[in-house]
Amino acid sequence: MTEKTYVDDINRSLYDFRYDEDGYYKVDEGLTPEIVLQISAEKNDPEWMRDFRLHSLECYRHLQVPDWGPDISGLNMDEIVTYVRPKTGISAKWSDVPDEIKDTFERLGIPQAERESLAGVGAQYDSELVYHNVREEVAAQGVIYTDLESALHGPYADMIREHFMHLVPVTDHKFAALHGAVWSGGSFVYVPKNVRVEIPLQSYFRLNAPGAGQFEHTLIILDEGADLHFIEGCSAPKYNVANLHAGCVELYVGRHAKLRYSTIENWSKNMYNLNTKRALVEEGGTMEWVSGSFGSHVSYLYPTTILRGENAHMTYTGITFAGADQNLDTGMKVIHATKNTSSIINAKSISKSGGISTYRSAVVIQPNAAGSRSTANCESLMLDDRSQSDTIPVMDIRTSDADVGHEAKIGRISDEAVFYLMSRGLSEEEARTMVVSGFAESVSKELPLEYAVEMNNLIRLEMKGSIG
Amino acid sequence: MPLLSINDLCVSIDETEILHHINLDIEPNQIHVLMGPNGACKSTLGNAIMGSPAYTITQGSMLLNGQELRNLPPDSRAKLGLFLSFQNPVEVPGISLSNFIRSAFEQRTGEHIRLWTFRKQLKALLGILDMDESYLDRDLNVGFSGGEKKKAEILQLLALNPSLAILDETDSGLDVDAVRTVSSGLAKYMETGSHSALIITHSTRILESLHVDKVHILAGGRLVHEGDASLIDEINATGFERFTA
Repeated sequence: MTEKTYVDDINRSLYDFRYDEDGYYKVDEGLTPEIVLQISAEKNDPEWMRDFRLHSLECYRHLQVPDWGPDISGLNMDEIVTYVRPKTGISAKWSDVPDEIKDTFERLGIPQAERESLAGVGAQYDSELVYHNVREEVAAQGVIYTDLESALHGPYADMIREHFMHLVPVTDHKFAALHGAVWSGGSFVYVPKNVRVEIPLQSYFRLNAPGAGQFEHTLIILDEGADLHFIEGCSAPKYNVANLHAGCVELYVGRHAKLRYSTIENWSKNMYNLNTKRALVEEGGTMEWVSGSFGSHVSYLYPTTILRGENAHMTYTGITFAGADQNLDTGMKVIHATKNTSSIINAKSISKSGGISTYRSAVVIQPNAAGSRSTANCESLMLDDRSQSDTIPVMDIRTSDADVGHEAKIGRISDEAVFYLMSRGLSEEEARTMVVSGFAESVSKELPLEYAVEMNNLIRLEMKGSIG
Repeated sequence: MPLLSINDLCVSIDETEILHHINLDIEPNQIHVLMGPNGACKSTLGNAIMGSPAYTITQGSMLLNGQELRNLPPDSRAKLGLFLSFQNPVEVPGISLSNFIRSAFEQRTGEHIRLWTFRKQLKALLGILDMDESYLDRDLNVGFSGGEKKKAEILQLLALNPSLAILDETDSGLDVDAVRTVSSGLAKYMETGSHSALIITHSTRILESLHVDKVHILAGGRLVHEGDASLIDEINATGFERFTA
């Protein structure tokens, strides 16, 4: 295996703030056009992108913070700039990283250098070499797989301009607008006509660039008949003092193309995860979402699919695990925009130690979507009496010629099951963990093996010490 | 020293005593049979020995190899060599039968065993129980028929190799062939080491190929009679009436 290399010195200028003569940090009053212009200049944006950022900022100022979901008043919107440009050095020492995070790294067996990078205190972790090899391999098939910033200056610049934040317009909501103004990092993938990518590609920002993974943008375009599996995320909790994540994912699935997008997210428990993901599927195309949501303090996450072409199909397989002091509002949205489109939804949630898990979904069947079918299956597992699990499914059916079903089930782990497993020699904690792992199996079996193992480890971690 | 020694055991459910002053010793390499009319609380005794949280022990002691079980959780009892074949095995979705048995084996023994080595051992045991290999990859008891569940219990018994097996009506609801298979599985268990069994049943077919050392009659929550294997024939002929009157 190739040894990993480290960058000796990091250019921290991006995050540097002006200090007055006494060395005290000056608090900026808000996100200004100057700050956005500065970000744009540092990123060497093309002119259109600079204007786009400014326009987004304008929208951001006029949009309201959502008031229909979990409480996000813990985010200080007046000082949003401190989320956008965190003070450097605030957690630049390993000893300042919370023990809980360190413990998790330890248990997940992450190498020290990688831990420091994930915690934002180490030198930039250089995965360029690994990434480069994969890129070479798929490039032979004509696949473009690169970071979005450099792609803005390459031969695909026009393609990006035609697609960037067209699926998720900046006017969509306040955090989409914020993303448009300050986005940084992320992946760009283009798969040409009829190309099947055999190996799953993984998000480039995973370990790169300090502060990355906060406002990252993922743009994937599959041409007609293309086939790709893209994996985003990481089992290690990303620790960041700037505890806001407002990423954006835009997926374009061409005619008869097939995209599987798998995510395992495990944000640190102080994080506000306000992510937006959307896919557009053309005739005969297939979009498959596989999603595991762990960690974060508050999450709003609803991957949306627009089935625009006839016979377009979507499946969503997701699991959410909400523990103590977590309010995870997750689900999905699918819009059947034309005839004979179909969707299958399998959503699971686990709540424990007072955690709140809400499944929020919308199935929209438009008047012209005759012959469309949608089935949803939601299962919740509550591990104690203090926890909460809600299901809020919205169905908006505008044609009589549609077949729509929704099933929901809430369960607990029975004493009988625990006794049965314990009678074979498993401790109570192991018995409960086994039932929870089994509950999550329909999701983990959809993941590549190493990710399935990571997810099981995460469940073990979450269950650790759950017996009072 | 007896393998299992139960002395003056009283068991309650919801503060109502349902088992009264039970005394029962099982020596190594013995098969004991617990019989009795419906509602005698035969299953309760098996479950209480295993440590079911549904019951409260209010009095007495239960020693396995001289060690008191009363305050031990079920997993500790299992690690000491106790096994209970459930009357209604619980279904656990998402966990395969083979992974479950392997986890249990590793927990009991504290040894790590390689997946394929263990699978090979399980495959050999499947043959004895007339079970197809595909059972190993099915979710634990999910969608199993009554007979399949009972065979899966015996498979676990053979794989986990406890010193005392309590079989709670393992033969109930099974057809003739399935009872024979389960019975030969039990015979296999008895001949592969220093093993004892307490078989709770109200039929006698399961006992045909086994050498029974002692028969206990439980009625109304009390052990009312005990005898040797000949007691079985007597009960077959005249029923329990003589003991319950």
